[in-house]
Amino acid sequence: MILRHRSKALLAVLALFAAVLTLVAAGCGGGDTASGDTSGGGGDSTLTLVGYTTPREVYEEVIPAFQATPAGEGIDFEQSYGPSGDQSRAVEAGLDADVLALSLAPDIDRLVEPGIVDANWAQGPTKGFVSNSVVVFAVRKGNPKHIQTWDDLVKPGVEVITPNPFTSGGAQWNIGAAYGAQLEQGKTKQQALEYIQKLFENVPVQPKGARESLQVFTAGKGDVLLAYENEAVTAQQAGEDVDYVIPDQTILIQNPIAVTTTSGNPAAAKAFVDYALSKPAQEVFAAKGYRSVLPEVAKANASTYPDPPGLFTIEKLGGWESFRDEFFDPDEGVMADIFAGKGFSQEDE
Amino acid sequence: MGIAVLYMSIIVLIPLAALTAGAFDDGWSGFWDAITNDQAWYAVKLTLIVSAIVTLINAVMGTLIAWVLVRDRFLGKGLVNSLIDLPFALPTIVAGLTLLALYGPKGPTGINIAFTKAGIVVALLLVTLPFVVRAVQPVLLELDREMEQAAASLGAGPFTIFRRIIFPNLLPAVIGGCGLAFSRALGEFGSLVLITGNIPFDDQVASFYIFGQIESDNRAAAAGVSVFLLVLSLAALLILSAVERWSSRHAR
Repeated sequence: MILRHRSKALLAVLALFAAVLTLVAAGCGGGDTASGDTSGGGGDSTLTLVGYTTPREVYEEVIPAFQATPAGEGIDFEQSYGPSGDQSRAVEAGLDADVLALSLAPDIDRLVEPGIVDANWAQGPTKGFVSNSVVVFAVRKGNPKHIQTWDDLVKPGVEVITPNPFTSGGAQWNIGAAYGAQLEQGKTKQQALEYIQKLFENVPVQPKGARESLQVFTAGKGDVLLAYENEAVTAQQAGEDVDYVIPDQTILIQNPIAVTTTSGNPAAAKAFVDYALSKPAQEVFAAKGYRSVLPEVAKANASTYPDPPGLFTIEKLGGWESFRDEFFDPDEGVMADIFAGKGFSQEDE
Repeated sequence: MGIAVLYMSIIVLIPLAALTAGAFDDGWSGFWDAITNDQAWYAVKLTLIVSAIVTLINAVMGTLIAWVLVRDRFLGKGLVNSLIDLPFALPTIVAGLTLLALYGPKGPTGINIAFTKAGIVVALLLVTLPFVVRAVQPVLLELDREMEQAAASLGAGPFTIFRRIIFPNLLPAVIGGCGLAFSRALGEFGSLVLITGNIPFDDQVASFYIFGQIESDNRAAAAGVSVFLLVLSLAALLILSAVERWSSRHAR
């Protein structure tokens, strides 16, 4: 008995020692591994598309169409889909990628500093965006609670579902929409912040992401789901009993696409992005619930995707960086204060 | 022995060491800030309380189930016996989805505990069910029935037999199973995804807080709270194994 215990202790000590040694070794040699490029030499005929979850159905049509064009002939695709922030972090950590199609610009911007994406990625004719959408109110069939405006969401007895903005980058669009809509209606910053606080008093569930939110909503929880228009359209196309309302003031969601600098075949990757921005591909986006970034396709679909009068972009809120700092800093952000039930500090201008 | 050390290092110790190093990226104060953040602290407290409740229920119900499986004879016993391990095989998010369908707002049971703390407890009970059962079962099987018979022949009633003979013999196994169940409950994530409201300062558990910190690119805070959970879990396991050793010595 004693012998067994002693050998156990010895084992633990030895293992710890080995762990420390390895850590030290890893620490010393860590610097030179970052430049490793695993995607092979030029003429790589396989492109890896790393995307966020929702546009999967779109790319499943766009990719074969691209392969049917001269530029896409003989090019194979590997596709990876997941939450936008997770995908971005995976690429930063070394996941091989040629084309990135993510949910929000900061997830691409994150990759500029480690040199995975060119700093000028947003310089193209569409400013780096491949599709647009808007934040809408998904409601129960027939809209029994008569939800039409942002003010309706803070009425007593209305339950609003929106993902937790700390676990879902996408949910930050929803907060941006709610906040910006108040400013758009002429309220002061302070009043807009008070609105957000009131809104979250009506939020009984904050699922971890957009997909879980939709699941919770279709399982019967809540009266209103803050959702992206494309997801509401997808849910309807899938036969779910939901309607949706485009509020008069809402935010324009802009989804970026970019080529990586580490691509084994930059020419093909570029050709694919160009194709995704072309008219035939944009028409697929429009058919699957997205708003096109091409003016002519957008105009042709204007009856399905009407522009609300008070449409604004993230720039109205000072751009992503300042918006995120102000709202989602885990210690000092407005949302952290609201969740803590402290109200918010008055010092924000 | 050499192989064991290498394997343990690669699979367990180095990742844990790296995690701990990550937690101290910003030094002690960074670690301290991470775990004393109000939201983090609340989430950890809630997790501890919920896990403790789950562990206690498991201690009683798990022992009961093991008892029934070993001592009783009934039709379909083999089947029930195999069912016990299924929560291990089930992808935990499916467990969550099932619970939401059953006990959610549209559930056929009329019980709506989704998005409440009770929902968290039920989900954790499901995924931790096997631990105590599987720890107690073999001990119960090997328990010498002659001891009970001897006690009975000396005039002891069933209650006394349980208290004086069976319970002391089972206790170490129950405690061991509880330790595992508790540790598992502390870190559980998947089964809670759809059943918790994830509202900070209400029903957000530690694993969700950690997930949120990772999603907000706040890895040091995520690692900090994770390491804190690990320490708690390790402490629980050590305390329980000490109690276990004490009680098994005491039983003789």
